[in-house]
Amino acid sequence: MKTKGKAFKYGDNIDTDVIIPARYLMSFDPQELKKHCMEDIDKDFAKKVKPGDVIVGRKNFGCGSSREHAPIAIKASGVSCVIAESFARIFYRNSFNIGLPIVESKEASERIDAGDEIEIDFSEGEIKNITKDEVYRIEAYPEFIQNIISNNGLINYVAERIGKENGL
Amino acid sequence: MAMTMTQKILAEHAGLTEVYPGQFIEARLDMVLGNDITAPVAIKEFEKIGVKDVFDKTKIALVPDHFTPNKDIKSAQQCKAMREFAWEKEIENYFEIGEMGIEHALLPEKGLVVPGDVVIGADSHTCTYGALGAFSTGVGSTDMGAAMALGKCWFKVPEAIEFELIGKPTKWVSGKDIILHIIGKIGVDGARYKSMEFTGDGVANLSMDDRFTIANMAIEAGAKNGIFEVDDKTLEYVKEHSKRDFKIYKRDPDAEYSEKITIDLSTIRPTVSFPHSPDNTRTIDEVGDIEIDQVVIGSCTNGRIDDLRIAAKVLKGKKINRRVRTIIFPATQNIYLKAMEEGLLKIFIEAGAVVSTPTCGPCLGGHMGILAEGERAVATTNRNFVGRMGHQSSEVYLASPAVAAASAVMGKIANPEDLI
Repeated sequence: MKTKGKAFKYGDNIDTDVIIPARYLMSFDPQELKKHCMEDIDKDFAKKVKPGDVIVGRKNFGCGSSREHAPIAIKASGVSCVIAESFARIFYRNSFNIGLPIVESKEASERIDAGDEIEIDFSEGEIKNITKDEVYRIEAYPEFIQNIISNNGLINYVAERIGKENGL
Repeated sequence: MAMTMTQKILAEHAGLTEVYPGQFIEARLDMVLGNDITAPVAIKEFEKIGVKDVFDKTKIALVPDHFTPNKDIKSAQQCKAMREFAWEKEIENYFEIGEMGIEHALLPEKGLVVPGDVVIGADSHTCTYGALGAFSTGVGSTDMGAAMALGKCWFKVPEAIEFELIGKPTKWVSGKDIILHIIGKIGVDGARYKSMEFTGDGVANLSMDDRFTIANMAIEAGAKNGIFEVDDKTLEYVKEHSKRDFKIYKRDPDAEYSEKITIDLSTIRPTVSFPHSPDNTRTIDEVGDIEIDQVVIGSCTNGRIDDLRIAAKVLKGKKINRRVRTIIFPATQNIYLKAMEEGLLKIFIEAGAVVSTPTCGPCLGGHMGILAEGERAVATTNRNFVGRMGHQSSEVYLASPAVAAASAVMGKIANPEDLI
């Protein structure tokens, strides 16, 4: 799988309250949530973001509340991948569970600037920074996580497993 | 292999004799929790799996506490979805308005969590139950949906930091000051993906309510869980609240920790987290003149009876500054009742505060105390992120019930030592 788009760059500790403020949690409709994604720190994000774009954070991306509405809002915005030096653990789980690709890379998180054109080749394990003519390696995911990814998220993985246990 | 408390609990629940940090395991769950914001999403995911019933009707807790009493039609719809699921699936631990409370105060009070349990909740502050010597951690809605079907959840076994607590806190210092001090010291990602294990002689000097507050905010240091060793106070609490059997897991004497940090409780000062991060801490002696518009006392962090007693001690016979809107919300109906019987509510109302029904409302900027542009609040809640309690330019200062109550009277962030 290959994706291509421009980078939105943010700092350390991007919390789920700014990714999607609680005042919009009366709905979990992805199309509703995406209208307000990142609005408290980047007012025009929803207007500017295009399919394939990437979000790049630094340390501890997605800290705070467990709201799955945060990765849902990012995914619905058309963002193809979130890259950060490190992720908060609940956001990390949630992203794999709902099928939002995320990549932990210190180098990419440091080097990529806002507006850089980024191409990601997940099968090759490479992030290409076309603007800077640089390539950053993606580390392989742990096997357990790979299973969730290849099943298209946790629910399909569990459904498949329960089906097998029941001999279906 | 020598194991920490958390590792031992996880090993047994995974049916293994030992586990090591970084290992992926699947553990059996003793309780699965959701609220009116996260459960509707989990229910939708649960229904995709295609099983008819939940794994165990007695091991799921559904608590409508965030936007309740229903703040608008959309919230009412979410609560309705959760309520209908609860009735249809005969979920034993569904708590309607009238018997509800803020989930993390309610579950221990109802005896639904005991030492040695493995608990997940679709709410980040699920880590609160570590105060009881249980492993508990926050997850998302999809994890909750899968867990309602399987009764199991996947975990990466965490390594741990030992926080050895020694000494006795001074008069106005409580669990909140201790955890804010720790977060200020290690940062909001200081324990990312790790367990925070609280040990040492100083633990005996902390009430259960102090311990709940400390474990509650482990997530604010990025931790997977916070956990206390079980002692006489824990056993007394569990005996009072639960009839369930339980097992106490003690760490091995040579358990490995990535770090050991010793905290002398006697040296901790009342502590305040400045906007917009819980690790942006200052002691009360360093705060300067910060005028405020609102005070919020309550939440899953600090809405328990000890918290209300402390606030009442500060507010008794005093008048709250006319410019400060003060909202006090007991965390559960039982705590509310106890506060009434002890005369605390009278003290609050006479001082000029309002007392609210249990709700998470103001803490996350939902309802019941939203801040306007540029307004400042001192809150006993757990997060002070940008826009957390209202307008994007509003500010939240996190503090203990004692500091919050003193600030309400003074109209600015204040030291209870100066008031009493």
